[in-house]
Amino acid sequence: MTRIAPTRRSLLAAAGGLGLGVAFMGRAAFADDAVGRKKLITVLARGGMDGLSVSPPVGDADYAALRGRIAIPAEAALKLDGTFGLHPALAAVHALALKGQARIAPAIASPDRARSHFEAQDVLESGASVVYGTASGFLNRALTAAGGRKVEALSVGATAPLILRGPTQAASWSPGVAGEGSPRLPGILMDLYAGDPLLAPALASGLQTEAMAATAQGDMAGATAPGMAGSGGVAGFVRQGQAVARSLGKTVAGFMTQPGGPQIVAISVDGWDTHANQGAAEGQLATRLLYLDALLAGLNEGLGAAWSDTVVVVATEFGRTARINGTSGTDHGTGSTAIVLGGALKPGGIIGDWPTLRADALFEGRDTRPSLDMRGLFKGVLADHMGVDRAALETVVFPDSAEARPAPGLV
Amino acid sequence: MASPTDLNAAIAVTRFGLGARPGEIASVAAAGPRQWLIGQIRPAEGADQPQQAPESAGSRLRNFRLYQQDRRQMREGQGDVDPSEDPVRIAARMLREGPAVDFLARARLAATTPAGFRERWALFWANHFTVSGVKLITSVLVGPFEQEAIRPRVFGRFEDLLVASTAHQGMLVYLDQAQSVGPRSPAAAYLKRRPLPGIGGGLNENLAREILELHTVGVGAGYSQEDVTEFARALTGWSVGGLREAVSQRGEFVFRANTHEPGARTVMGKVYPPAGPEQALAVLKDLAAHPATARHICGKIARHFVADDPPPALVARLEAAWTESGGHLTRVAEALVNAPEAWDPAPRKLKTPYEFLISSWRAIGGQPGAIEHISPPLLAMGQRVFSAPSPKGWSDEAITWAAPDAIIKRMTWAEGFSAVVAADLDPSPIAAGALGARLGDPVRKAIARAESRQEALSILLMSPEFQRR
Repeated sequence: MTRIAPTRRSLLAAAGGLGLGVAFMGRAAFADDAVGRKKLITVLARGGMDGLSVSPPVGDADYAALRGRIAIPAEAALKLDGTFGLHPALAAVHALALKGQARIAPAIASPDRARSHFEAQDVLESGASVVYGTASGFLNRALTAAGGRKVEALSVGATAPLILRGPTQAASWSPGVAGEGSPRLPGILMDLYAGDPLLAPALASGLQTEAMAATAQGDMAGATAPGMAGSGGVAGFVRQGQAVARSLGKTVAGFMTQPGGPQIVAISVDGWDTHANQGAAEGQLATRLLYLDALLAGLNEGLGAAWSDTVVVVATEFGRTARINGTSGTDHGTGSTAIVLGGALKPGGIIGDWPTLRADALFEGRDTRPSLDMRGLFKGVLADHMGVDRAALETVVFPDSAEARPAPGLV
Repeated sequence: MASPTDLNAAIAVTRFGLGARPGEIASVAAAGPRQWLIGQIRPAEGADQPQQAPESAGSRLRNFRLYQQDRRQMREGQGDVDPSEDPVRIAARMLREGPAVDFLARARLAATTPAGFRERWALFWANHFTVSGVKLITSVLVGPFEQEAIRPRVFGRFEDLLVASTAHQGMLVYLDQAQSVGPRSPAAAYLKRRPLPGIGGGLNENLAREILELHTVGVGAGYSQEDVTEFARALTGWSVGGLREAVSQRGEFVFRANTHEPGARTVMGKVYPPAGPEQALAVLKDLAAHPATARHICGKIARHFVADDPPPALVARLEAAWTESGGHLTRVAEALVNAPEAWDPAPRKLKTPYEFLISSWRAIGGQPGAIEHISPPLLAMGQRVFSAPSPKGWSDEAITWAAPDAIIKRMTWAEGFSAVVAADLDPSPIAAGALGARLGDPVRKAIARAESRQEALSILLMSPEFQRR
């Protein structure tokens, strides 16, 4: 048998290799009104992102001792205020923070306390108060609640994230997927899939968005990763990864700014489960943060003027233990940091309170104690930025969430 | 009208197995579908091995450690490096070729085996005890892990499979157990006095947590954070020999008494007295025998083979077979084959990308000739080679794999595959051979009316009957 390879593999395949995946949702029907211009991007850091490294509380008296060799040195952190800095890898986020366009919520958590990736991601993405409480994602329900009319959704990446699943079928896009075979095949398959509740809508959505894809792809011509592979060793690999992440951010932004482009995007970034040798200012975790920073910088750059209508939320399913563990890493914890960015953001200090890392303040004696419910943060963003009805937020989008007050004053 | 035996033969080969090769469904109908499946169960030998003389996990680990050591010495400017032992070349070969050789051998076995059920059963267990190649060092261990720990035991007792998986270097490294040190162990005290750069001196609870949550009793079985920590303490000492150890222990499982946490442990209400390596073994045995483990895993088996939302009666049958046999997996496999619910004609499972590719090669009577034939499309469809996204393994649910983008990717691949192979094939008999009595009239007609052989084969591969099983 001779060569069998996919025809064109480019950016998304490279991004997949770095553990990056993207999913989109949009409301084409609202594209031209005021609400329709608003954009929300959710970046899911899967694996339990270590908030105490993302936004190290270098001014907290207990931080350095708890963290030992993986503490971010105060002089290396990018200063935010008297207590907090940002990890030195987050230079682009820091530049935005200095302009009042990035803020941190340093002690945030979903209502789940089981410290299981799978339970915690389920609770975070479903918006339910208990694990496996609902099979749909809260962003999907939020858009349904906000629209009341035709809602269009779009997902990118080879697997569908829970946060976008629901009554609204997500469409799909990725660079360079157009077939080179029979032009009749899609039509024949649509006929054959007529009775299949899973395959028919999936294929229809996939085909529908190929036209949009062509436009977005035009925007990313020349944006492919520079050919640094094979030279420069690890540093070259990291630079290449940053370039891919940045291109992905710009491409997603280009897609969102098209007429009728998606308003809501979910991006997954894997690789945060740093049980061993997580590093400090440099190392394993720092590399993931460089990619995250490049992705966010790419979004900022690509959105251009639309940045002022945008809110980006970077969230994770749980934080990690306050203490360094026995293998120079950290284990599954509770509270972590969320980063909120965007031109639509109101300047301000940290979101939520800082419980400190004093021994008696730690949750169960080991984790950052959550002071803010993740659902409250998203309630604030969805109500004030996306115009989702407050009553719907309390009932449909986040059921049984009365205790999670909407975070005020974000937008 | 197809006879019940013809339909059951098609179900046996496509749902229980990995798809039909030309002529296979007809011969299974002649042999009897149930008998054909039962005949594949081998209590003593286990599953087939992809490679007859593979590199062992121990050998791969030793080479990896040597490479790291050599690199360090090169950086520090010590020692001349023999060109035949150039560490960069050794590493490149190991990291690129090792997993590629393993994966290709496994894919070729899957594409050609006459015992597709046996292979699917082995793949289920390899995924249940996921070791993922997401770390540099574990990528070379996934193949040996499957070959050494999993495949020989998939029709034996679950307890033996659990112990073999937990004690294998692949798992010990993947879930950070190899580095875990009991906080009150002699080694921890020593490291406190004389810290070594890059070496911790404490507990890592990753493996203990995933054994409870994923490998045995499952979420909701009532264990607490303290149970996880206690089990992690019991597991301290289970490690992998490094270059400082005796030659025979390098890269192999070792029990390090000096890193083992002293004292009794309490896990899920039971007290385990001090017993060295036997302490964690005793916990594993109790977890294997726990009723929640039977329920958790039998539910997973039913979900994998029959439906994302399996009939409760089927799960109950599997659970009964598990419980009555003390977790003998031969009895569970037989119960699956004999369960009427497993033979429902409606194909409720969507193939994963790997299953889709393997069954495509089987349909044309071919097999992948090089890793490049299989690795890029798997990456594009979301199932990167040997790199499950988490210790939970690959999803068994259709919704994970049926994202619109993934369906477009399947279509694109089917067209490319057909373009290469269709010229020498007659599509109508290929379709009949691949699906037997499961081939419906609309697809049969669409294939017959296709404008080219390439189009006809693409229609077959993308048909609902072929995408599902």
